[in-house]
Amino acid sequence: MLTISRELRDQIVAHARRDHPDEACGVLAGPAGRDRPERFIAMTNAERSPTFYRFDSAEQFRVWRDMEDHDEEPVVIYHSHTATEAYPSRTDISYASEPGAHYVLVSTRDTDTTEFRSYRIVDGTVTEEPVTVAE
Amino acid sequence: MSIEVRIPTILRTYTDGAKQVSGTGSTLGELFTDLELRHGGLRDRLVDEGELRRFVNVYLNDEDVRFLAGLNTPVKDGDTVTVLPAVAGGAS
Repeated sequence: MLTISRELRDQIVAHARRDHPDEACGVLAGPAGRDRPERFIAMTNAERSPTFYRFDSAEQFRVWRDMEDHDEEPVVIYHSHTATEAYPSRTDISYASEPGAHYVLVSTRDTDTTEFRSYRIVDGTVTEEPVTVAE
Repeated sequence: MSIEVRIPTILRTYTDGAKQVSGTGSTLGELFTDLELRHGGLRDRLVDEGELRRFVNVYLNDEDVRFLAGLNTPVKDGDTVTVLPAVAGGAS
């Protein structure tokens, strides 16, 4: 299960809406081993594409080093799908490389409602999990 | 002296869980060949047909080696090499 504050969830959704129709991506960092996202980090989609995302490598290096310096880890890795449902694609599954992370997908295909779903992706297996929004 | 290599979580199965290992070599490619002697299987996750794998980022100190000379990038004692899996995906 993913427990996330309303503020962090709203920041992800706002980022996804802002970058639509390109895919948006980023990280929520949290204290290592606590499974609690605390810090919102919007990342640059180096691909600037409506169908693909990739973190900018130099930015990823800085962000990952910064997390390590603060004894944090990437608790959530999020990205948006802008024309399809918020479910991991075959591409998402094949590149998933953080077995400890919650993979959050947001879909902005509908202008009025935003799908917000979370998954574990381990060794090519996708498991959806409930999302609890804490006030 | 040697070169320190920082290993991401997903590749620590090849290093008995170690976050950091060390090796020697005059280029990045040689360093990976040296690591393979003690951490069998690791090189294959980093290198494919003589090139750096597309979805692995390797940094020499704080520079992405793709913007240096890839596997031919010179390395020396005291350098730090960081391996990070690229974070990528998308609807297509």
